Amino acid sequence: MADWTPDQPIVSVKEVHKSFGELEVLKGVSFDVMKGEVICIIGPSGSGKSTLIRCINALNDIQSGSITVEGQEVHDPKLDKLELRKKVGMVFQQYNLFPHKTALENIMMAPVKVLKEPKEQVAERARSLLAKVRLEGKEDSYPGELSGGQQQRVAIARSLAMRPDVMLFDEVTAALDPETVKEVLVTIKDLAQDGMTCMLVTHEMGFAREVADHIYFTDRGVIVEHGPPATFFDQAQDPRTREFLSQIL
Amino acid sequence: MSRRAIPSLDGAATTDLPVLKPFDPSGRTAHDPLLISRFLARLDWRHFVVFALVLLLWPMVAYAQSRYSYGDAFEALVRWIPFVVLDGFTFNIIISFFSMAIGTLAGVILGLMQISPLALVRLPAVFVTQLFRNSPWLVLLFIVLLAFPFEIVIGDLILPFPAWMKAVIGLSLPIMANISEVVRGAVQSVPSGQWEAAESLAFSRRQTLFEIILPQCFKRMIPPWMNWYAILTMATPLCSLLGVEEMINLSRQAIEAEDNHPELLVPFYGFTLLLFFAYCYPIARWTISLERRYAVKL
Repeated sequence: MADWTPDQPIVSVKEVHKSFGELEVLKGVSFDVMKGEVICIIGPSGSGKSTLIRCINALNDIQSGSITVEGQEVHDPKLDKLELRKKVGMVFQQYNLFPHKTALENIMMAPVKVLKEPKEQVAERARSLLAKVRLEGKEDSYPGELSGGQQQRVAIARSLAMRPDVMLFDEVTAALDPETVKEVLVTIKDLAQDGMTCMLVTHEMGFAREVADHIYFTDRGVIVEHGPPATFFDQAQDPRTREFLSQIL
Repeated sequence: MSRRAIPSLDGAATTDLPVLKPFDPSGRTAHDPLLISRFLARLDWRHFVVFALVLLLWPMVAYAQSRYSYGDAFEALVRWIPFVVLDGFTFNIIISFFSMAIGTLAGVILGLMQISPLALVRLPAVFVTQLFRNSPWLVLLFIVLLAFPFEIVIGDLILPFPAWMKAVIGLSLPIMANISEVVRGAVQSVPSGQWEAAESLAFSRRQTLFEIILPQCFKRMIPPWMNWYAILTMATPLCSLLGVEEMINLSRQAIEAEDNHPELLVPFYGFTLLLFFAYCYPIARWTISLERRYAVKL
C-alpha cells in the first residue's frame, strides 16, 4: 500500500468504530481528504469529533474499520507509529507546550531530537516559523510568559517544524478568549492558503465557512451530513443539522 | 541560623483564602507527605525555651538530694562532647549520606520501573516498593544485619563488611521504596497533555520521559526528597541497636565511663536530641519553603 500517489486521498477513513468500554463513540464513520484540502468537523459536544481526529495519528486506537494516511494503514500493529506521526502534526485545545522550554526550544526540540537534524539549520527554520505565526521577538519567552493565543501559535509552529503533510487541529480556539481567537485563526488560514492539508474540529462557524473546502457534521458517532460550506450552511437537509445550526448561528 | 518567616506556616499567607474542601469521610486524601517537615518547621524559639526548661529543671528537682549533682553531670557532658559529636554524630551523618545516596539511586530506578508500560517490569517494582515502604525500619535493619556475612570472600580477597555498612544498606531500603513513590507520584502529576503533545511530535516513550516529563517534575521531587532525608537522619540512631558506634552508642559508653549515674541520662540524651534537632530543623524549614515556592509554578 506504500505506492500512494498524490491524486489519491491523503487521509482515508472507512467504517471506523470506536468505543470506550461500553460507550460507542464512533459508529461507522467514513470520509476522504485530498491533499491540500481543508475540512472542518463540527457537531455538538460528545459527538465524537475529537476522538475521530485523535484516531488519525493513533493517539486513540479503533475497534474496527480502517484509517489510512498516504496509503498506510494507521492501525496496523506493524506500523511504526513514530513514522506516522512525523507526517501528521497535531495541535491541541490546551496548547500543551513544554513549560520548561522557551518558545524557540519548544519548536526546535522535535526536529533536533526526533529527526536528528543539525541544530543550526533547525534554529533558522524555527525562527522563520515564529515569524510566520507573527511572534518575532518571543524566541526566548517561556510558555508561562505568553498569552493563550501566543502559546497556541507557538504550538502550531512546533507542529509545522516537523514538516508534516497533514495538520490536525483539535478545538484549538476553544480555550481562548474571543480577542485572541482571531490571531490563531489567521495563522491557520495562512497555512491553508499555503496548501497545507488541514483537518479541524471547531466551533468557529464563520471560520469554517470561510476556509473549509468541505464540512462534516457529526452527531452521536455518525456523520449526519456533509458538503461544501455554501450548501452546508444554507441548504442543510437533515433536521439535526438544522437544529444545531439554528442554535449556534 | 537565619529564620525567615514562611507564609502560611508562620502566620497567615495572603493566598490563604477560604476554601471549601471536598467531603472526605475517611480523611485519607488529607494525608500530608511532608507532615514531619511541616511539624519541625513550625517550631519556633518558644518551643525551644520550654523544651530547654524541662530539660534543665525536671532533673534538678528529681535528683536534688543526690550527692552526684546535676552540675557534675553537665561537667561530664562538656568533657565528653568532642568525643560524642566528632566521633558519634559525624558517623550518623555519614550513614545518612550513604543511605540517602544509595536509596535515591535505587529509588529512582525503581520508580521509573513502576511507571513502565510493561507489566513484567512494573508489577515487581510495585511489589518491592510497597514491601519496603510498609516494613518497620528496625526489622529491615535486623534482616540485613543477620542475612549478610561479616566479610565477603572473593578468591584471595577478603572484603570486610562491617555493621555500619549493613546499617547503610538496611536504611537505604525504606528510602529506596519511598523515593520510588516520590518519582512515580511526580511523573504522574505531569498533565497527560504533555505526553500526548510529545507523542504527536513523534517522540519515543523513552525520549518523552527523559526529555520532557522528568525535567518538569525534577523540582517537584526536591521537597519530598529532603523530607525523606530528614526522616532518615532522625532514624540513624536505630543503628545503635546493630552495635554501630554512632552517637547513641557513644553516649551510652560515655555514661558508663562516668559510673552510670542516672543524673547523666537527661543531659546526654537531651544533648543528642538538641543536636539532631539543630541539624534537621533548617532542613525542614528549607523543605517547606521550597515546597511553597514550587507548589504553584508548573
